[in-house]
Amino acid sequence: MMATLPHNIKEAVRLVANGAVGKTQLAEASVFRIREAGHLNAFTFVTAKKDLSKQNGSKTPPTRPRLEGVPIAVKDNFCVSQMPTTCGSKMLYSFVPPYTATVVQKLVDAGAIIIGKTNMDEFGMGNGTVDSIFGPTKNIWGLEKYRCSSLSFDDWHVPGGSSGGSAVAVASGLCLGALGSDTGGSIRNPASYCGVYGLKPTYGSLSRYGLIPLVNSMDVPGVLSRTVDDCAVLYDVIKGLDSSDSTSVQIPTTDSIPSEDGIVKNIRIGLPKEYACDGMSPEIISCWREVASLLEKDGANVLEVSLPHTKYSIVCYSVLNPCEVASNMARYDGVRYGHRSHKKGLDSTESLYAQTRHEGFNSVVRGRILAGNYFLLKRNYDKYFIQALKIRRLITNDFNNVWKSECDLLLTPVTLTTAPTYSEFIQWDNRKQSSVQDFCTQPANMAGLPALSIPIKLSMSGLPISLQLIGPRFSEARIFQVAKRIENVVNFKHCK
Amino acid sequence: MRRSFLQLSTNNIANRATKRWFSSIKRPGDWESIIGLEVHAQISTESKLFSGGATAFGAPLNSLVTFFDAAIPGTLPVLNKKCVEAAVLTAMALSCEINPVSWFDRKHYFYSDLPSGFQITQQRKAIANKGELQFVVYNPSIHKQPYYAKSKIQQLQLEQDSGRSLHVPSGNRSLIDLNRAGIALMEIVFEPDLKDGEEASALVKELCLILERIGTCSCRMEEGALRVDANISVNRKGLPLGTRTEVKNISSIRSIVNAIEFEVERQISELEKGRRIVNETRGYDAQTKQTVPMRDKEERQDYRFMPEPNLPPLKVTYDPGSTDSKTVNIAKLRSRLKELPEVTRKRLMKQFGLKLETAIMIVNTPGFLPYFQSVMKNIDSNLGLRTANFIAVEILSELNKNNLTLNDCMIDPDKLGELIKILDDQTVNFIKATEIMQLLLKGDNRSPLQIVKDENWMQVTDSGAIMSACEDVLKENPNLVMKFKNSGKSKLMNQLIAKVKTKTGGKYNMQQVADTVEKLLKNS
Repeated sequence: MMATLPHNIKEAVRLVANGAVGKTQLAEASVFRIREAGHLNAFTFVTAKKDLSKQNGSKTPPTRPRLEGVPIAVKDNFCVSQMPTTCGSKMLYSFVPPYTATVVQKLVDAGAIIIGKTNMDEFGMGNGTVDSIFGPTKNIWGLEKYRCSSLSFDDWHVPGGSSGGSAVAVASGLCLGALGSDTGGSIRNPASYCGVYGLKPTYGSLSRYGLIPLVNSMDVPGVLSRTVDDCAVLYDVIKGLDSSDSTSVQIPTTDSIPSEDGIVKNIRIGLPKEYACDGMSPEIISCWREVASLLEKDGANVLEVSLPHTKYSIVCYSVLNPCEVASNMARYDGVRYGHRSHKKGLDSTESLYAQTRHEGFNSVVRGRILAGNYFLLKRNYDKYFIQALKIRRLITNDFNNVWKSECDLLLTPVTLTTAPTYSEFIQWDNRKQSSVQDFCTQPANMAGLPALSIPIKLSMSGLPISLQLIGPRFSEARIFQVAKRIENVVNFKHCK
Repeated sequence: MRRSFLQLSTNNIANRATKRWFSSIKRPGDWESIIGLEVHAQISTESKLFSGGATAFGAPLNSLVTFFDAAIPGTLPVLNKKCVEAAVLTAMALSCEINPVSWFDRKHYFYSDLPSGFQITQQRKAIANKGELQFVVYNPSIHKQPYYAKSKIQQLQLEQDSGRSLHVPSGNRSLIDLNRAGIALMEIVFEPDLKDGEEASALVKELCLILERIGTCSCRMEEGALRVDANISVNRKGLPLGTRTEVKNISSIRSIVNAIEFEVERQISELEKGRRIVNETRGYDAQTKQTVPMRDKEERQDYRFMPEPNLPPLKVTYDPGSTDSKTVNIAKLRSRLKELPEVTRKRLMKQFGLKLETAIMIVNTPGFLPYFQSVMKNIDSNLGLRTANFIAVEILSELNKNNLTLNDCMIDPDKLGELIKILDDQTVNFIKATEIMQLLLKGDNRSPLQIVKDENWMQVTDSGAIMSACEDVLKENPNLVMKFKNSGKSKLMNQLIAKVKTKTGGKYNMQQVADTVEKLLKNS
């Protein structure tokens, strides 16, 4: 049994390839470490040791199994056959999907081993991984401050969300990479708070088949990793057209792994002034400036740009999100799968539905269902939904305008602050949580753009500060090149 | 009271003349009725609209359900190109304008046979709009002669069918079968421009002929492959349209007339009693032949329509030179459009000199047209009317006795052609021709001419032989002759003719026999 895992996927693949470790040995170590780190509550399901060797790709293995033996965690809203898929909700507590999501299958086909499912806010509706039927996940950073006995904590920093379980799993070295999903920042936000790389790819560059939807028109599966190279290799494995998802598109199959030093020279980097918003911590602002001047020093053209409709993104999202949520949640009625109320006296289909849905969804989900149905009423549709779509178009146009004439990539903060503590966080209601947390991440989802959260340094209080690169559609490879350069220069030290 | 056949038939004509002039069913007073149809036609593709689920009818319950059909979370719709092609073909056949870009929308309502809680349909922009369907209205028991009517089509849209719920009263349970869930439907919305149930039924019959011809729907109403809803209102002549009701669940051609006529009469009677018609959805009960309010549809629903985010816009092109096989191409589909029924009728009338009624019969009777066409392949086209009548009167009535259609007809078309030929050239008479037909139906392998030879059924037209046979019969039946002379009743003469037929084995030319008997009776 290995005591720790190698630092990153690249190393792991080398170890497996040269026979230094057996094919399932890393996964076994990973599963062992997850059990040890139970206090973090990052996982909702852990693969049994005996099942680790049973994960075989569906197709003939590629000539180069790029992820042979690499332990990967999967957010609990991706369907994986034989594994419970709960979305952190009572509604799906007992749901074991009969099929596997395309992106998960691609990882398995490339030799990766799925070591478990990670915790999340119920159906992805949250930014702290606090609203889960499995309880909150704890950020590894700063945790030593709050330990009072071996298994209990007075307080902790939230890991961000909703892919908080995946971020903590990667940050604390429980696995070497993880799948998350990003609708308004759900990968980048926890990646930022936990000091790991978090990629939200271009909408359509990979398949959503098997990802239980939050907002279909914005959801994107993505990856969390400890290095830029790992992020790129995971993205390369899972990207591409899928006939099961009509919104996925054909993209070049060429690798997006960056060169060793990265490329920054002559790349035009825009700093959108609107992202320096109210409530942005001065520490983050100065970090942003530092990295900008660092890139400039390396030959990039750094300039200030304007994305004037940024501030409307959250309010626009707060209409579009509930509408799709109301629609997507309509299938959970307890008839075919999932939770079903056993309360006595339910004497009609309608009363069974109502009670089942009341018991199965938490108040955040129920609130969004109500709001969404309200916005979609015939008399409100034009006032809210259509209006929000128009705003969405303006936000997209903002980006198109800067790509057209001003810059190649944007460098922005990810979050306004470092990770708040749980006690702080739960004082805010869910709406405030997201309006603060999603400000810098949300616009990229509106426009379907790729964005990467990059860990830069630790704050005065020892918590990770991260920055985000946003690019035009399908510019992942360029983002990785610049990120690689930043990675080399800032040399961020991971927690474990 | 006994009435002669002649009296009966004149009465019928008199009836027709007073009851109808040439068009719609007569309403009491100055009431008029207006009907608009919405037709749901299941597209006869092998798999469903958005999944690979099979569509066979009558499969074991819940055996044709993919993960998507059961709304398993994380599954996504993938549009079946064949369904789009069927819709485009249908739109072309109905002279619709096909939209180069259309969209799918979600229509939300909670019902246990709707697994995802919404139906994917086309609300904002359908695949086709603005069509027109011309059809012949002709119910021989009602209309003196056929007439043409037309109905405008507002739109043709693609959508998913729902599953089926079965309510078990004992134990207060509902059972759900999702085999039907997700099958592709074309919803065809017609303008309210029909006058009565007969027109509605004629419209649906013509629609079925077209869809069956181009192969986009089986139109088996008994299997639910085609379902009709009718919007019905009545008003007094010259006054604005009345409040309409919608009658759902009409599941046979016969029910279309019955449901609509019941509902029209109900509305008129309500209004004449001083009551009001409420805009409601009613169901048709084929057993009691009544429409009844549908309780669960009473509440006004807000369907909270929303664009379907998982499907890109549906694009249809017109590009004869295109090699793109992914996009549905109208130019490529055009070649798959078959001759439409109305064109066939016109062609038959011209080619074979038929009346419209005969052409209607050929085109509208299941199996008639292909059978007729194969018979006519080898014989002169001026035998068309004779052939059509022989099939309609002699063969069909035999098949009907055994609940068969012309699709099941055992008689080789070439043999029937030969039979018609030897009937026409007087080789055999009609009596023997029908007997040959009976033999052929029973599987006799000989050719009609061979049968004539073997059985010695050659028609006798020799006037001397006929004269002597007739004279013999008259001599043998002095009583009948006497009675005829006293009364002049044609019935008695027919009896004498029948006796000649029996005596001669039925192979004499019967027209000559009748003429001779008549002449002999007059002169004796």
